[in-house]
Order: sequence, then C-alpha cells, then structure tokens
Amino acid sequence: MENLLRLLEGDCTLSRKQLAAMVGTSEERVDEIIRAYEKDNIILGYKAVIDWDATDRQDVTALIEVKVEPQRGDGFDRVAERIYQYEEVESCYLMSGDFDMTVIISGRSLREVANFVSQKLSTIDEVKSTATHFILKKYKESHLIFKKQEKQEEGFVFV
Amino acid sequence: MMDYNRILNQRISAVPPSGIRKFFDLMEDMPDAISLGIGEPDFLTPWHIRDAGIYSLEKGKTRYSPNAGFSELRRQIAAYLKRRFDLTYDPMHELLVTVGGSEGLDLALRCILEPGDEVIVPTPSFVCYGPLVSMSMGVPVYVETRAEDEFRLTPELLRAAITPKTKVLVLPYPCNPTGGVMERADLEAIAGVLEGTDIMVISDEIYAELTYGGLHHVSIANIPGMRERTLLVNGFSKCYSMTGWRLGYLCGPHELIGSILKLHQYGIMSAPTTSQYAAIEALEHGDEDIEAMKAEYDGRRRFLLQGFRDMGLECFEPRGAFYMFPCIRSTGLDSDAFCEKLLLSEQVAAIPGSAFGPGGEGFIRCCYATSMRELAEALERIEHFIKHR
Repeated sequence: MENLLRLLEGDCTLSRKQLAAMVGTSEERVDEIIRAYEKDNIILGYKAVIDWDATDRQDVTALIEVKVEPQRGDGFDRVAERIYQYEEVESCYLMSGDFDMTVIISGRSLREVANFVSQKLSTIDEVKSTATHFILKKYKESHLIFKKQEKQEEGFVFV
Repeated sequence: MMDYNRILNQRISAVPPSGIRKFFDLMEDMPDAISLGIGEPDFLTPWHIRDAGIYSLEKGKTRYSPNAGFSELRRQIAAYLKRRFDLTYDPMHELLVTVGGSEGLDLALRCILEPGDEVIVPTPSFVCYGPLVSMSMGVPVYVETRAEDEFRLTPELLRAAITPKTKVLVLPYPCNPTGGVMERADLEAIAGVLEGTDIMVISDEIYAELTYGGLHHVSIANIPGMRERTLLVNGFSKCYSMTGWRLGYLCGPHELIGSILKLHQYGIMSAPTTSQYAAIEALEHGDEDIEAMKAEYDGRRRFLLQGFRDMGLECFEPRGAFYMFPCIRSTGLDSDAFCEKLLLSEQVAAIPGSAFGPGGEGFIRCCYATSMRELAEALERIEHFIKHR
C-alpha cells in the first residue's frame, strides 16, 4: 500500500473515502493501514505548509551547518539527539561532505536564532563549529511554490 | 447594405452555434463555480518541456519550420509511436506535424471527401467531426453507440450504416465524452467489416495515452490490413498537458500524406516552431510525465465513479480519456435542463450529453482533469442537487 503513502504525502487532507476509491479498497481497510503506519511511525504526522511571510507573523529561518566530533560507539546519533531535542529545531540531518549536520531552525527574530546558536548549539561539547545561513526568501517548500500561479484568461472554448 | 447571408458560405451558416456557450456565459458571474466542463488537463506543461521551448527562443529559433515539421521532431514522433504503440511510420514520408490534432482531422477530411461522400461518425463523440465533414461537402452519418455496449462501435452498427456512398469511418477512441475504448478484439471486428471495401478510417487517438486499469491502447492501424486505410491523428495536448501549444500530427500512407501536405502548406505553412522544439523534449524525456499524470487521473477517475454510483447515478466505468459520463435519466430531467439547473443552484458546470450528438441525451459529461479537492466538492454539490431538487 505504498500508493496510499504517496497519496497522503501529496495531500494528507484526502478523506478515507477518497483514498479508498482511489486505491480500490474499502474505507475500513484504508483506516486500518493508516493506523498501522502511524503506529509504526512510518507516518510521523500531518502538517500544513504555510507562507508566514504573507501573514503578520515575522519569522526568521536559518540553516546551520554544524561540524561535530563523532563519539565512540554512538557515532553521530547521540549528539544529533542532543541537538534535535530542542523545540526550536525544525529539521536535523546528517550530511556527507564538508560538514556533518544540517540544522534548520525557526525563530521570532534574528536575536532568537543567534541566541540558540551561541548558547545552546555551540555549547554542546561535541559541536566543533557552526556556520549560520539565514534564509532570505522562500520560493518552494515540500513541492509547493510560494508564489501564486498567474491565471490565464478563461473564455469560451469547447473541448 | 451588405447582405451577409448571401455572402456567407451556406454550409458554415448551417452549422448551429454551440449550445453549451450559455453555460460559459452563466459561469462568468460565478467566481466560486466548479467547472467540470472543459476537457483540458489541469496540470501545467512539465517544466523541462516548457524550458526547452524557452531555450529554443533564447537560441533565436524563431523561423518557419519545414512545412511537414522539423525532421528531428518527425523522427521522434515515429520513434515514440513505435515505442508506445508498436506503430511503424516513415518519419519523412508518412508523417506530418499539424496545429493540434484538430488540424489533422480537418486536413484528412478535406483531402479525402468529394461532395456527397458519407462519413460515419460514432456518437456520442466530440463535437467537431460533423461540422468538419459538412465543411468538406461530405455528409455526416451518425451512428449511436450505447451504454450497454460500453459506447463501443459494434460491427453490427457499422455494417448497418455503410452505404455505397460511405467514404470514411471516424474512429474516436478512447472517446470524449464517454471514456469508452475499443480493444483489439473490437477493432478486429471493425476491420472484418471494412475489409474489401474502399472505406478509409480516420482514427482520432488523441487520448491514446490515457487508458486505465492495465489497459493498453491499440490503434486500428495495428490490425492486419488496416494500416493502409488508416489516417491516424494524435497530438501533444492531452498526454503532455500541452493544449495551448497547439501541436499534433497526422500519419498515414505516403500517397495520402504527400497530398495532404499540400493543403497544410498552403493553409497553415507550418506548425509553431517553439512548440515543435518543446515537443521534441517531450518525446525524448516525457514518458515519466505521462505515467505520473495518468496515475493521478486514475485516482480521480475511481473516486468520481464511486461517488456517482454512491449517489445512485448509473455510471459506466470509463476506461480511457478523462471524462465520466453518468446517466441522469433517473432525475427525470433532460441533460440540458439538468446541467443548467445544476449550474444555477449549485454552481457546478458539466456538459449535457446532448451536445455530443445522438445517444448523448440522458447523460452528462464531467471532466475529472481537475483537483481532488474540487472533485470532492463537486460531488457533494451534485448529490445535494439530486436530493433537494
């Protein structure tokens, strides 16, 4: 039922009824499968993608490159946990390449982000260095484009 | 004072104005209306295809193409037809790039028909065939297909329609508006009737890529003995979401294509250059786009079918194109009244089946090339309409 996951990833507001018709099974079966996915943590959650810039709320998002000293036995996992447990951390990834981890955080202000980096992130023993990049403008997220598609003139056309 | 009635060609005067225009006029004042009316993909042309068009402009490729289309495009079309449908056409002599599938249909009819020639047109089907036949001085002979035959053209229906004047059979499958398809066995039966006659087939296969439930489109040109009597029309609009690019193609025996090219070259010159470059990219790298869009349509198709059946409307399962053709006779309304009332009271636009010729009355066409969200909302409104009318 990978198809079901694909459909939900595209639009998690699809109803059980819609999903059932689309994949050709019963609503009960869809419900059962989704519950199992949720229980197994294959489906982590359901969220809306929001353009906060279009609202009154002022948000600052930063992408932080982090270099880390891996630990014997635990590798990067333990330090990653120490980072991602912070509520401010939106995403946290282990990377290949010049640095070890990408941490994405959102804050109310530049100061809030700066405080997180200097007081929380940098003070973790295993963190060797950080480089903070502020996101200036979001164009696309989760396959969704922030700018509204311009409408083409609609007139009578019969096809 | 000019008397334009005397000036106008009588055949064009005789073509009635489109009966569904009123729906579009009504919709202009309904910003919240949901349209299931227009047979057009809701997807944008995939970016890599648009980009190829833009790039060709950047490179200054803004001149006419050869009359028959760029040779690279013709080669790509031939390779595509081989790859996807096992059809073999010589790109240089049996293939012509047209301004949409529509031009291909017009060219084919105009190059074949003599005054009084009869053209068999299965209906319900797309609205252009009859008027195009009339403008070519031919006579359309409508053959009503039936829901109980899944809107297929049966050999019996065909045989009964053939007269000594029959020159062409139009084969519009997968079918707009019914979603009906013709499978290999159905086509073999048609071939059996045509064998030994001089009747040509104009096969409109614009929806060839959009078949569902594991079904693969078969062209009548695949049936032994049929290729020599088939003019195949296809295009980029539906399968690559390229409606506005206006690009299609016509394939057939070189003896015919050579003559058809004359008409195209004097009437049109050549298809748009930018569109042709975009189409080359589509054919080279677009197979996955087709599959992705088709999967999306299939989900919507299943959902809408279930929805119509749940609300008690009889609905044949369409296996091609992107239309649902539910029967609305149980409501006691004719299709035109149903669509008008539905639009006025629930702001959902569908097309009355009667617009698609004999056999269409009693049905409405709903295009599901629109988002799931809109389809779900449309279904709720239609159900409300049926229950509270």
